Amino acid sequence: MAAPLTLLLIVAVTIRAVLFRSSLAELISARVEVVSPLNAWKRVVEGLALLDLGVSPYSGDVFHEVTDGITALALYLSIQTYNKDVFRKQKYALESDRYSADCLELLRSPKEMFYIPLKVAMFYLLNPFTILSCVAKSTCGLNNAIIALFIFCTLKGSALLSGILLALATYQSIYPLTLFAPALLFFLQRLYIPVNLRRSSFWFFTLQYAFMYVGSLVVITGLSFFLLGSWDFIPSVYGFIFSVPDLTPNIGLFWYFFAEMFEHFRLFFSCVFQINVFFYTIPLSIKLKEHPVFLIFMQIAIISIFKSYPTVGDVALYMAFLPAWSHLYRFLRNIFLVSCVLLACSALFPVLWHLWIYAGSANSNFYYAITLLFNFGQILLVADYFYAYLRREHHLTHGLYLKKKDGTEATLVLK
Amino acid sequence: MGLLSDPNRRKALTGLLTRLNTPICIVCYLAGIVWFMGLAFEPFTLRTYMSENAMGSTMVEERFSSGERALSLAKEFDAHKRKAGGMPVEWLVKAMQSRGLEVFTQSFSRKLPFPDENKERYMVRGTNVYGILRAPRAPRTEALVITAPCSPGNTNNQAVALLLALAQYFRNQIYWAKDIIFLVNEHDLIGTQAWLEGYHHTNITGMEYSPLQGRAGSIQAALSLELSSDVITSLDLVLEGLNGQLPNLDLANLFYAFCQKLGVLCTIQGKLQRNDWDTAEGYTHAAQTMMLMVLKQACGRSWGDHGLFLRYHIEAASVRGINSFRHYKTDATTIGRLLEGMVRKLNNLLERLHQSYFFYLLPSLSRFVSIGYYMPAFGLLAVILLLRVSFPGLCHCFSVSLQPSSPGVLTVLTPVVISHLTGVALYLLPVHLQEMAVEHFPVSETEAVVLTAIAIYTAGLALPHNTQRLLSGEGTEQGWKVLKLTALLYLAVLLGCTALINFSLGFILAVTLVPITASITPHMPKALYAVVMVLLSPAFTILYCVFIYQELIEAPVSVSEGWMLFLSVISQGILDHALYGSLVYPLLALFIYPCWLMFWNILFWN
Repeated sequence: MAAPLTLLLIVAVTIRAVLFRSSLAELISARVEVVSPLNAWKRVVEGLALLDLGVSPYSGDVFHEVTDGITALALYLSIQTYNKDVFRKQKYALESDRYSADCLELLRSPKEMFYIPLKVAMFYLLNPFTILSCVAKSTCGLNNAIIALFIFCTLKGSALLSGILLALATYQSIYPLTLFAPALLFFLQRLYIPVNLRRSSFWFFTLQYAFMYVGSLVVITGLSFFLLGSWDFIPSVYGFIFSVPDLTPNIGLFWYFFAEMFEHFRLFFSCVFQINVFFYTIPLSIKLKEHPVFLIFMQIAIISIFKSYPTVGDVALYMAFLPAWSHLYRFLRNIFLVSCVLLACSALFPVLWHLWIYAGSANSNFYYAITLLFNFGQILLVADYFYAYLRREHHLTHGLYLKKKDGTEATLVLK
Repeated sequence: MGLLSDPNRRKALTGLLTRLNTPICIVCYLAGIVWFMGLAFEPFTLRTYMSENAMGSTMVEERFSSGERALSLAKEFDAHKRKAGGMPVEWLVKAMQSRGLEVFTQSFSRKLPFPDENKERYMVRGTNVYGILRAPRAPRTEALVITAPCSPGNTNNQAVALLLALAQYFRNQIYWAKDIIFLVNEHDLIGTQAWLEGYHHTNITGMEYSPLQGRAGSIQAALSLELSSDVITSLDLVLEGLNGQLPNLDLANLFYAFCQKLGVLCTIQGKLQRNDWDTAEGYTHAAQTMMLMVLKQACGRSWGDHGLFLRYHIEAASVRGINSFRHYKTDATTIGRLLEGMVRKLNNLLERLHQSYFFYLLPSLSRFVSIGYYMPAFGLLAVILLLRVSFPGLCHCFSVSLQPSSPGVLTVLTPVVISHLTGVALYLLPVHLQEMAVEHFPVSETEAVVLTAIAIYTAGLALPHNTQRLLSGEGTEQGWKVLKLTALLYLAVLLGCTALINFSLGFILAVTLVPITASITPHMPKALYAVVMVLLSPAFTILYCVFIYQELIEAPVSVSEGWMLFLSVISQGILDHALYGSLVYPLLALFIYPCWLMFWNILFWN
């Protein structure tokens, strides 16, 4: 499997190198869908800080291509580990007769799962969104790399490294904080500690992991203070993320609302919007506590839809996971509609931007309509995969052909 | 979300779509055409009205009276133009300075990618002369532009002279709140492009120009004047700009209001408005006017010097004086008064014109069709593509192609890549290979470029027979269905985006492309269908538009003349793209033609 992966990496690097050298590079780095104030601004702060030490990490294209390569490699290895895990669990479940008799066609075979890690890497590297992010020199590539490494370390079972990488990801933008819950659930499952609030073993491990995570976060923050010499960066960076002062249009939901509302209500609506990102962790963790890796996918998707300054690079990260759930295809109901919506919106973003800013014939409502439609498509995609996953689990335990009490065929509806 | 999650309702809907798919498609197509033609019918249109409050009532009295002086100035300008053999820069500078303007010049040069045979130029060098009339008591933040082109020969002398006379008259008034720039540009659109790029500090077309020494603030509106005779019978308004962009409708309303006030005959597309909308001739007249506007908008050229201003969000229109055989003649003083009135109204603007429509069609000057009324015509055509896409046979093959085991996606990839590479060749090669073509064949550069483009276009038709051999054993039923699905979605998105920016172009392409692409399968009679496909391909669409345009302007051409016109249209399209950034040629070469090639591939799927 190394040869196809190497070929894939070479193709990906070539595409990016060609685009970097072409005249499209400046055009792409000016697009609001690809670069947000957060990605560009932070670069200034951190780059300046490290520049004082004589290191300039954000110059040049090689840096961004390398981060993309690291992300792809980390995802490849994570999905390989995950597949081995899944297959092992399936074997145990079959041996202990936990599956019903007629769901043999739902079981996964190694042959079907063989190419999935390569497809995941391909989905990430050859995704036009990732290529655009890389060519625009957005720091989104670095965020994605750290989250991918975090997933890799979690799946390999190393709690300390996972805590450190999660702290790094949280340090860059607060939202990966919500990934603490799925990582914790994964470790608990791996160490066979039942998720029961009355058991002391649960609290013991939770505190250990939390200590590692919070400790790394404190160390990193302290290091920043030491480098910059003041605590100013905390309100500037995290305050910026939470209070959303910059209303440049992007593919997210915040800018239009906050441009319309009165100052008096700004705090209230900021709180409502930010709680929306963090809130879904609790019900999703309760429902998906047996399936932490799927929970990680859902969390990353929710972060990239509801965060304050999303870009297409964030979308590319959770889309890379989709081949891992290709066995759910038969239960997906709206995949065609969703792909058409996402494709059409991606094409319409630059058109309506042009009509608004350059031709002056449209206004912000048109651009926001496409933003809303794009986010609707993403939410529908995530909800569809959630439904398909739960439905497959239901069929595995209750049989594929469901019968109502009087013997007629039943249909399963998510209400 | 009942429809999306309830399986029973979904089954009912998909059943309906399966049974009635073809009848619905045919009905939609006919409905779209009928809707579009019905737009010219007067009861379906709205009367134009002034939307901007600041330009409300026309209560001022125009007092311009130097029409005769302007005409004698025209003769002087003509003499100096002949003596200088181009633009009489010193004379213009002195004339403007003596009228109290701040005068500046800008020199520019541009080498065209290949010689322009219509205007007979290749290496263009020129000078623009402009004078700024500073507003006496206002801060210098906004400006208006009045421009007249300096054309070779006998044309537009009166326009420049009227410009100077207006400048002298305006200088003596105290009510100006904005600076007024009087621009005389050389080499029509190239000069205007150089001036605009210099004014806005951009360089999007590779023009070389000297930087502007004097500037006046953000330009709110511009008027271009073309006048070639001492008396006129009517004034024609030209609105279509680059890439089919139109100025705000308020500008057209302003022109119409002043023509009514001063009793000047005004036309649009050269046609006078008729009152008998309920007769067949009346309707055809309005339909012809509207079709002319659609054709002019679709070709993406700027039909007057004003067209390049629109890109910078400056509302601009061209006023053209026409001298034909009518009894009632209008003299230069009245034209001067009309322009004075319009500029005084524009002077009152508090903000840029934005209240009225930016997207409209004009069957006559006093009636308009807004985007809300004409977009459903395009929508009905686009719906056909979406109905075809959701045709269950195709939908099923989409699901099969996403299964991990089938090779669906890869079979589609090869025709798509090859079609797009052909499109890139069609875009890049004609201009780059012209020297080689001129060496080997006895043609001029322009002919070389155009004939290379046609050759590459025709060579693309031979492709299906070769790509099929490259894909060994991929001639499955599934393969062409996946390709058709992809191509239909691609065409739908492409036409949608085109119609948003330039409705006329999107509609014309939809009318010719949608019927063949929706109904194409490899199982049809290949020879007949191939002929039909070629006859409805983008190149032939351009040819038909040329013939229809000539019919509509009442100058019908024979087949050979039409063919020469067609070749010149292609060369103008390529030049417009290189000189001014028109998007029609890249759109057709890089996107529409590859899409059409993908359908051609489906027809010849073995």
